[in-house]
Amino acid sequence: MNKPDFKSSPRVDQVGVEDKVARFGTRSIKKESKVQALKLALSMIDHTTLEGMDSNGRIEQLCHKAMQPIVGYPDIPTVAAVCVYPPFIKKAKSVLKNSGIKVASVATAFPSGHAPLQYKIDETKLCVDSGADEVDMVISRGRFHQGDYNYVFDEIAAIKEACGSIYLKVILETGELGTLDQVRRASDIAIYAGGNFIKTSTGKVQPGATLPVTLVMLEAIRDYYDKTGIMIGMKPAGGVKDSKTALKYLIMLKETLGAAWLSPDWFRFGASSLSNDLLMQIVKQKSGNYQSLDYFSQD
Amino acid sequence: MSTQNEIGAALDFKGLWQYDAAPEDKKQVKIAPQYNHFINGKFTPSTTGEYFDTINPATEEKLSELALGSVEDVDKAVKAAKKAQKDWAKLPGKERGKYLYRIARLIQERARAFSVIETLNGGKPIRESRDVDVPLAVAHFFYYAGWADKLDYAFPGRSVSPKGVAAQIIPWNFPLLMAAWKLAPALACGNTVVLKPAETTPLTAMFLAELIRDADLPDGVVNIVNGYGPTGATMVNHPDINKVAFTGSTPIGKYIQQSLAGRDVSYTLELGGKAANIIMEDAPIDQAVEGIINAIFFNQGHVCCAGSRLFVQESVADEVLRKLKYRLDTLIVGDPMDKNTDIGAINSRKQLDKINELVQAGIAEGGHIYRPNIEMSNKGFWCAPTLFTEVSQAHRIVNEEIFGPVLAIQTFRTPAEAIKKANNTPFGLSGGVWTDKGSKIFNVTSQIHAGVIWANTFNRFDPTSPFGGYKESGMGREGGLHGLYPYVNLD
Repeated sequence: MNKPDFKSSPRVDQVGVEDKVARFGTRSIKKESKVQALKLALSMIDHTTLEGMDSNGRIEQLCHKAMQPIVGYPDIPTVAAVCVYPPFIKKAKSVLKNSGIKVASVATAFPSGHAPLQYKIDETKLCVDSGADEVDMVISRGRFHQGDYNYVFDEIAAIKEACGSIYLKVILETGELGTLDQVRRASDIAIYAGGNFIKTSTGKVQPGATLPVTLVMLEAIRDYYDKTGIMIGMKPAGGVKDSKTALKYLIMLKETLGAAWLSPDWFRFGASSLSNDLLMQIVKQKSGNYQSLDYFSQD
Repeated sequence: MSTQNEIGAALDFKGLWQYDAAPEDKKQVKIAPQYNHFINGKFTPSTTGEYFDTINPATEEKLSELALGSVEDVDKAVKAAKKAQKDWAKLPGKERGKYLYRIARLIQERARAFSVIETLNGGKPIRESRDVDVPLAVAHFFYYAGWADKLDYAFPGRSVSPKGVAAQIIPWNFPLLMAAWKLAPALACGNTVVLKPAETTPLTAMFLAELIRDADLPDGVVNIVNGYGPTGATMVNHPDINKVAFTGSTPIGKYIQQSLAGRDVSYTLELGGKAANIIMEDAPIDQAVEGIINAIFFNQGHVCCAGSRLFVQESVADEVLRKLKYRLDTLIVGDPMDKNTDIGAINSRKQLDKINELVQAGIAEGGHIYRPNIEMSNKGFWCAPTLFTEVSQAHRIVNEEIFGPVLAIQTFRTPAEAIKKANNTPFGLSGGVWTDKGSKIFNVTSQIHAGVIWANTFNRFDPTSPFGGYKESGMGREGGLHGLYPYVNLD
């Protein structure tokens, strides 16, 4: 496949992107279409804990929440995956067993990415060997800003190779990229280098995922699909905290990439507190009342 | 240009998740069964007893009926305006400004009602009435309220006086907004007004009349008479008017010019357009595609400054066309009252017939037509968004103003060629250019003969910015400081 020249990647006009995002924001989602979207959003969550104080106990609780988001509503889906640091992959796998919920892990010296390449490859292999279903890597933003696009590309390709057949999500850390032009460039590099998903953020840098950044990434995915017929997934992470925002992402996804991407196979939310807000809204749509947060498990 | 998406299968925007209907609530808004003229501060019945119907173009249901303006009605209105003018002009500018501020604030208070009525009567999506028409109308009143006491600073060293009585005839595409464009500068400068709304969309003007009454504007300062073309002609030919402001079609504009020949009546005409929207190969393509959509499908293409001629540099034409089709597939066409609707109803059967005639002409002349597969109601007036490729400057659909959701697409090779073709039209109202390169923006925009040229955006309006055309697109400017000139005598 012909690789594009990343030095002259497609141009992005920030004002235009913001206008377009504002227009998505005027869509009004009501009734059954709202319930459907809330459930879809829940099924797309990578339920995440990435803290220095993570422990086996914490991971166990997180996994139970993932498998049973709420009691008494059998038609409510589970989340797509849990996302943990590499030492907890085995623990998560042992709790989740055959639930169908995937285990994703962050690798490559998350979140800074400052480590020798061999270390990153070894860490990725460790994740694979521990049983991870998906690996979330970070790109080397320093090298990217230096203009070493080939280095960034080769590094992603090497990590993908270490992943073998399991899915690689490439975190661009858009909060450190500065402009939407750079977001587009980094997206193209990640996609052409073999990433299966592109992901906005680590959650450790502000801002995390935003609608404009995600739109630019979705457009990169669309251009690649038009050229190759290959689908790439998208994961906004960090900053999607409530249902209203999640619905805006789904509207944007539907109207940019279409129905084929409206699935946890191709779209994920990296989030820790989104699930309870979605549950609260789903219950409200069914019962007509808002319940206290005390009725939703805080795992 | 190839039209197929060669490798990736076409994207499916219809499956899986459909938005439920989200209609705006119209219970709060009461439309009276009948409206009279607003003359000298009072609602006055038609002298001939004649009334005409106004309908909802999305359903063809009758909404109300309006007094039909006769020669006598117009005469009464002009006399009332003339009588009120001296006192209105004598008021300190600050006091006139207060009235305009009051009107602006009252429109804000009643914004929801105005947007609902605008959509019911005109067919435009509620999203646009709510987010564009009403806020911009408010902004115009606020803006010119600010000028009312600063006219001496607007024209330093000159002695400023109002023209007198202004006859204002407004179109059906932005009924409330065009009323605001006309009324605000006229009133700020001390003129009084006789205004005629378009015959298909009179209702927001009548709500505005009620609002003006509630604002305690002195009797006779604003008079509103309804009717068809002959009512407008009577206004233009009335001996006591001092100024005509018209927005509408080029043929009527020419008729007004002829009627006023030899009379000491000044006029501004804002007429048709056939704007070129130019996409350079170095443009941000995804945003440019959205700009093309805004340029031609905003308000069903019922926009005099619509970007109806698209020029795409040949090297990016396939990509632009592919993405345009994607975007067309996601446009929601239907009930204008639904908050998710992007394209509403065509304003009238007459206009729909005109659009259909030109579309048929485009096909007959060998143009290649593309329309998304959209189901439309068999009641009301509808036209799916339409693209034409394989057309040239020789085609009628490229030359004539369609005033509907129909885009004619041509390619070009060099900027010089784009400029030449952009200017190859009897019109000169607006234009657009999309490029990432600043120098190219200045080069192209300075060579296109049009009143307004947008760079990397389209159909963006602001009361501080003058608007108007060259050539057959009219004369005079509305908006900004320039918009004061037509309403003042300078000595």
